[in-house]
Amino acid sequence: MEPSLARYIWTHTKKQQVWILVIVLLSMIPYFMSFDLPKLIVNGPIQGKGFEQPGATRPFMRLHYDLPFIGEVQFFSGFQLDREETLFALSLVFLLLVIINGLFKLYINTYKGRLGERMLRRIRFDLVDRVLRFPPRYFKRVKSAEVATMVKDEVEPLGGFIGDAFLQPVLLGGQALTAMLFIVVQNFWLGMIAAVIVVIQIVLIPRMRRRLIVLGRERQLTARALSGRVGEIVDGIGAVHIHDTSNYERADIAARLGRIFKIRFDLYQWKFMVKFLNNFLAQLTPFLFYMIGGYLAIQGRLDVGQLVAVIGAYKDLPGPMKELIDWDQARQDVQVKYQQVVEQFTVEGVIAPRIAALTIEDPGPMTNPLSAINLSISDDGGAMLIDHISLQVKPGETVALVSTATGGADALAEAFARLVWPSSGRVASGADDLLELPEAVTGRRMSYASSDVFLFQASLRDNLLYGLKHAPLTSVTYDGAAADQRDWDIKEAHRSGNTDLDIHSDWIDYASAGATGPHNLFEPVRRVLDAVALSRDILDLGLRSSADLTRHTELAARIVELRAALRTRLEHEGLSELVVPFEPGAYNKEATIGQNLLFGAAAGPELADRALAANPYFASVLTQSGLDRALYEMGMEIAEQAIELFADLPPDHQFFQQLAFMSAEEIPAYETLLQRLKNRPYETVSENDRAMIVTLSFAYIEPRHRFGLLSDELMSKVVAARNLFYENLPPELQNAVERYDPAKYIAAATVMDNVLFGRVGNNHPDAPDRIRSIVYDILDELGLYAELLDVGLDFNVGSGGRRLTGGQRQKLDVARALLKRPDFLILNRPLEALDQRMQEKVLRNVLEEARRDGHSPAIVWVVTNPAMGMMFDRVVVFDSGRLVEDGTQETLLARSGIFKQLVS
Amino acid sequence: MLLKDEVGTLQRVPLFSGIEPTKLKLLAFTSDRVSYSAGQILFRQGDEGDAAYVILSGRADILVDSDSGPIKVAELVPNSIVGEIAILCNSSRTATVRAASPLEALRIRKDHFLRLMKEFPEMTIEILRVLADRLSHTTADLIDARSAK
Repeated sequence: MEPSLARYIWTHTKKQQVWILVIVLLSMIPYFMSFDLPKLIVNGPIQGKGFEQPGATRPFMRLHYDLPFIGEVQFFSGFQLDREETLFALSLVFLLLVIINGLFKLYINTYKGRLGERMLRRIRFDLVDRVLRFPPRYFKRVKSAEVATMVKDEVEPLGGFIGDAFLQPVLLGGQALTAMLFIVVQNFWLGMIAAVIVVIQIVLIPRMRRRLIVLGRERQLTARALSGRVGEIVDGIGAVHIHDTSNYERADIAARLGRIFKIRFDLYQWKFMVKFLNNFLAQLTPFLFYMIGGYLAIQGRLDVGQLVAVIGAYKDLPGPMKELIDWDQARQDVQVKYQQVVEQFTVEGVIAPRIAALTIEDPGPMTNPLSAINLSISDDGGAMLIDHISLQVKPGETVALVSTATGGADALAEAFARLVWPSSGRVASGADDLLELPEAVTGRRMSYASSDVFLFQASLRDNLLYGLKHAPLTSVTYDGAAADQRDWDIKEAHRSGNTDLDIHSDWIDYASAGATGPHNLFEPVRRVLDAVALSRDILDLGLRSSADLTRHTELAARIVELRAALRTRLEHEGLSELVVPFEPGAYNKEATIGQNLLFGAAAGPELADRALAANPYFASVLTQSGLDRALYEMGMEIAEQAIELFADLPPDHQFFQQLAFMSAEEIPAYETLLQRLKNRPYETVSENDRAMIVTLSFAYIEPRHRFGLLSDELMSKVVAARNLFYENLPPELQNAVERYDPAKYIAAATVMDNVLFGRVGNNHPDAPDRIRSIVYDILDELGLYAELLDVGLDFNVGSGGRRLTGGQRQKLDVARALLKRPDFLILNRPLEALDQRMQEKVLRNVLEEARRDGHSPAIVWVVTNPAMGMMFDRVVVFDSGRLVEDGTQETLLARSGIFKQLVS
Repeated sequence: MLLKDEVGTLQRVPLFSGIEPTKLKLLAFTSDRVSYSAGQILFRQGDEGDAAYVILSGRADILVDSDSGPIKVAELVPNSIVGEIAILCNSSRTATVRAASPLEALRIRKDHFLRLMKEFPEMTIEILRVLADRLSHTTADLIDARSAK
């Protein structure tokens, strides 16, 4: 990157800088005119100069010039206006100038702002572009949070400076020079005094500022390190808690903050010190003028008028000088910041732009063998991971790499994936060096998965399809406002040197997955998920999440059919008692009283959980149906029982998980409430207290809690209250609840709840598992399996994929590698989190899936268990960074070398 | 059957007979009420022991695997407890238990059971007493068996 900020700015904005300078110079004309005008108004119409005679008029807007050789030329004789008219006219001109000046200012500031923001955008894009092209080893040394700070915060002040970068010195320098010249013209020696002081300022102040620059650099580095550490704490929070090192981290952060404080405070001290000196020097000049000039005047060697004029002119000098010095400080400040960032981003061996150039068309298959030629790889410490290895993998060949603990097979796999670069020798595809091939080839025709998986915080689907997003394949057509927006986007992107590729285009390369478009992409997706044995997990996720009905319409459309199929199936297997269905006219004993009353899914906060009992409309329904008192008494009974059972237990006791009515923290509150309300007639209990008690009854399930509180009478009253509730539901609550309707899909509920449309019996311990497998069967029979899988694919995997288990993440990574049907599939111990049996199963599936439809990719698999070698054409054995054996499984076993030892 | 009836049942189980009713109530409340139809398996020999079962109603067979298939070694009747050994000594199930009729049981989870023992020493002592009693019976039986040889 360009090391000099000034040159960087000039290269990219010279036209704009010149333009804005011209505009600023132009704006000077009305600006100086508006200086002159007040004098005209006061002297003319107000004080009456030129209007001495009553009724006198003066020309207004007379245009005449004295031209050389020609004499006076009059273009316009002007309007004749009397005194008042002139006052109004001049005042209006003043107003006009105010507006013109304001508009100029507005235009200039906007222009400068836009210029700065564009440059900022350009710098940030350039930086991220470089990050994308850094050689792999760089990332071993740099903390992600530090890079993020550089891109986000450290270049930010540049935006504000760029608009003034060239304008300010020209303008202020011009002003200062004019004032200086004026002084010199008035009196040479006084001018020299002013000049000397200015020279001192110019020489001394930047010298003093050198320390400021040093401090500024330190401030930036320490702040960046701080953000790196904070990022580390967040990423490693597990380790912090496991080892009780939070206080060590506190101490570290405090120490860093202490250093930053010291640096910043030093910075302030110096800054104000410099300021003081600067001000002092500025004021020293008038002191010298008064003393020396005054002395000369007394001596009669200087004209008093000249002295006054010099002092008057000097007033205009410190202002621009001060601003110029401020500008210089800002320049140094951003220059330091810029250099710091550029230094960090200047790395040897950056990947050439052509390697990652956008390629829309299919690059065609890799038909050449992949070979390591005399390849050596060393780690950061210089230790040899693999040492002069030569190996060729032919297209279509399946190779197991077996390695002892220090064998180095994983380093070879990483080299094939271009994740590490050779220290000597090379990796080649045919005759081409692999590192010289465009990523468009290697990234599409080769795939790599390892146990070290990175997932983006997005849905499972996005992560799975990530490996197909190489280039925007469709051009989206926009109309109306969207088209204007797109035009603007493209124009602005160009102006800031950004790429104009459309993120909203369809980036998914369907063809490489063996599909022709979104409509039949699902088949290959399902196949790869089946191959890595991830489908079941995703189905489970799908069942437990609520479906997005705009996307999964079929599920909602066929819900009645689904529910009926489940009932029939359960009856058929004699399992009807496992699920108690919701029926509009009946009480569901396996559901809570609250669920029975609401008989719907709360879709907003108004009727959810604790808010239900306190909702005024709901409370009025309870009163009308005569339930208020019954439920209050029930709540009192529950409170008594719960407190009797749980009052002695410490609040963190695991039994509280069983207590559905209240949390451990609420026990004391309910204890006092119970004492207060006991033996109090119901009528005298306040609304709030009633709600507190009634709410307890809402969580009650008779078969589970077994307090014996539910009578037939109460059940029928609950059903009556339910109907009453929906009859008069006020409009503001219409959207707060979705009523259970056997014929309707409930958007707010999970897919499982929708299919069940009832509650699983509490006293069948294995019921949930059995029902789940029945539900899967039914979904498959009805052809809704794909739909459910699709719901599961909506699941957001969380930051770094942490909402998935390690095994799921690794399976997803393999599925992603498999989905693009590469010519070379490199798998580097990809399934370490799985047990041996599962690894073998997935291995078998993957080999089969990769060769589906006559495909025959080369597969290089670093296996965790040498016995897996039997599934490959060829086994290559590594020990201590050397290739020690190479052949088929049988020949190697016959040889009784290292492989045989490893297997046995 | 209500919680208080379950407490009554638990009191009739020798292991729990000396424990305060309020503690038994907590034990009952935190346990799961489970029902099985005839032929359903409560747990299998070799499984990890994760819970003990108190039979509330119905009968169950205790089966042990042998070369010639499962052999019934004992029958469980209401008010008896089964599976408590496995949760006390972290061993796997030594037999299979299968419902012989529709069965209602109280499933006491291992962690709950151990937690209760930790919290209420009087209960632990009571359980110790019963176990020691069993051991002395077993020892006496063993002596009888040896001397009979």
